[in-house]
Amino acid sequence: MFRRNKLRTTGVAALAASALVLAGCAGTEASTEESSGQETAVEQVSISVLFGTDSILSVAEASVAAFESANPNIEVTLETRPGGVDGDNVIKTKLATGEMNDVFFYNSGSLMQALNPDDTLVDLSNEAWTSNIIESFWPAVSTPNGKYGAPMGTAMGGGILYNRIIYADLGLSIPLTWSEFMANNEKIKAAGIDPVIQTYGENWTAQLLVLADHHNVEQSDPQFVEEYTNNIAKISNTPSAFRGYEHLQELHDKDYFNSDYASAILNDGLTQLVNGEGAHYPMLTFAVSSILEIAPEKINDIGFFAQPGDDAATNGLTVWVPNAIYIPKTSEGAKLEAAKKFVDFIVSKEGVQIYIDTIGQTGPFLTVDAPSADELYQPYVDMFPYFDRAGDTTPALEFLSPVKGPNLSQITVSVGTGQYSAEEGAEAYDEDVKKQAEQLALPGW
Amino acid sequence: MFIASQRKTKTRVLLAKAAVKQYPLWFIVPGAIIYIVLFAYPTFSSFYYSLTRWTLFDVEFIGMDNYIRFFSEPSLSLSLTNTFIFAFVTSASKVIIGMALAIWLSGAIFAKSYLRAVIFFPALVSTIGVGITFKALMAPEKGLLNVTLSIFGVEGPYWLTEPSYALFSLAGIEIWKGVGIATVIYIAGIAAIPNEFREAALVDGASAWQVFRRITLPLLTPATSTVIILSLIGGLRTFDLIWATTGGGPGFATDVLASVIYKNYQAGFYGLSTAGNVVLFVMVAIIIYPLSAWLNRRIVEV
Repeated sequence: MFRRNKLRTTGVAALAASALVLAGCAGTEASTEESSGQETAVEQVSISVLFGTDSILSVAEASVAAFESANPNIEVTLETRPGGVDGDNVIKTKLATGEMNDVFFYNSGSLMQALNPDDTLVDLSNEAWTSNIIESFWPAVSTPNGKYGAPMGTAMGGGILYNRIIYADLGLSIPLTWSEFMANNEKIKAAGIDPVIQTYGENWTAQLLVLADHHNVEQSDPQFVEEYTNNIAKISNTPSAFRGYEHLQELHDKDYFNSDYASAILNDGLTQLVNGEGAHYPMLTFAVSSILEIAPEKINDIGFFAQPGDDAATNGLTVWVPNAIYIPKTSEGAKLEAAKKFVDFIVSKEGVQIYIDTIGQTGPFLTVDAPSADELYQPYVDMFPYFDRAGDTTPALEFLSPVKGPNLSQITVSVGTGQYSAEEGAEAYDEDVKKQAEQLALPGW
Repeated sequence: MFIASQRKTKTRVLLAKAAVKQYPLWFIVPGAIIYIVLFAYPTFSSFYYSLTRWTLFDVEFIGMDNYIRFFSEPSLSLSLTNTFIFAFVTSASKVIIGMALAIWLSGAIFAKSYLRAVIFFPALVSTIGVGITFKALMAPEKGLLNVTLSIFGVEGPYWLTEPSYALFSLAGIEIWKGVGIATVIYIAGIAAIPNEFREAALVDGASAWQVFRRITLPLLTPATSTVIILSLIGGLRTFDLIWATTGGGPGFATDVLASVIYKNYQAGFYGLSTAGNVVLFVMVAIIIYPLSAWLNRRIVEV
């Protein structure tokens, strides 16, 4: 009898000891659900929203404050997540474990498609505000089964930021074709200025010459996107799609880059641009807000033009569709209603005005009734005319096709530093997208 | 007492058993549960998941496809070469430099314990911190290293951004950081060599080199084998330092096996990265077990 008791106590003790250690690993779970208990008592609803930590965060803070004062019964908690691939993993993990916030901010296009939206997100097609959205936004947040996102922020242009003082001093004009662009570069180089700035210390910046060329690809091969998505066309065997890689190699071979291009980061590149050490910087227009932090007095020395292609007649801009806010399926009942109200507020005229008041107008908004800012900085002044002319803009490839490989940054750095030829780079990327298509189980791959 | 004296032989057996089984088996349960839940189960389930294409939502069995794709990655052959170069260069350097430092620090020198501490300090700093610091020090034009070199009229190399030697800059950082541990192991090894051997050899007229070659070096084999095994495993699995400094770049120039695996995981190719981890596990095991057996056979009993 004594022996049996002893066995039992040691057994319990052993289990308790191991449970104690294991509990250390799961210690964070308890705290996440505590806000759900209090909602019914006073009809008070609390929701939490998840945003990135970049410039959108200040807009989110202002929007949450305005939304709360307009809806006193809804309490909104603002949480943040890291950007880049780490942020992708946070989003995917939260969705998979059912712990996603009631509203979250995330990319549209191929990244959003990778979230398995039909299973994880709430279809918003029946919301009243959807009629207020410009049609061209929908493909970036929709599947055949529903519309899942509401636009937050503005469209961006991908093209070339340039120093207008250098252009004026050297008597250059805006290039409409790649050969005009290269002719300008030759003159700039002769004047002792770096023609093109590259910043591989942040390797995503290396992709611009390839990604921002998509308008030109679309003009030469309108069927490319469909054939590419269906595994018929490859970049390495489609001359127009391959052109971006060739451009990158050409610039490297002619030694047109700044001397520290291998280690410089985005802010270094922008600093060189505003100081006139470099003339061109292939970039997204959102970088203009960083110029405002570096040298606000020089913002109007900087201009913008679309990446030139082979034909001046079809010159136009590759556009990045704004990010969006989404509601996960795990948001239910009163929380779902409150979340929908929040989304409605963001896309309303008032919500857009808050964006303008906080960080200015950074491009066109995608709502019909959007107000516009009184004053625009020069790069945006240069960008808007492309949007006014029909057919002069094309969304970037990632908004037209779910096929996007994860290693384009490293591949374009390899081409830009001369480790890969343009052909090797394009072939490596063709292999890279195959992995993504297989992971997403796309038909035809 | 009475029974015991009557049946002596059985008592002896019982005593022997008690000596072997001093603690009840129950004592291993907490450790075993932790080991099984946190190590054995994930290891063996990773063999299964490496044969699937899985998302956080579902699993699809695809046989050996992940391994085929992993080995056909354009950057993989380069990263395998890089892994071996990195592991062998750092391991060999730690053995040579660590031993030299240990012999120097075991002699009668000024400020011995202070110097010992200084050599060991880098091992205490977090690898990420070391990586970020060296990234700044080794920056091409504004980094302290090249600014210092330029004072002497030398144009410093692009340490971390020139594809042909960036990996060796990384190996240099790893040696700086890891040599302290090797030195400490060697100092302990030298302290364990009885002084009489050395004295006897000196009386017999042996030179300092002969003492090192015939006495110190062979008797340091246990320390050497520990340093080699630890640094080689560390080198083959290395990730944090490379991720904090070059991220595998420029392009794919300093990618190692572990960084390729991490990038696949980041991209959401969970099956592929699981397969990569199995490959890494098998590779480390294939290299380390025979090496460890061979090194252990060479250990000389004092």
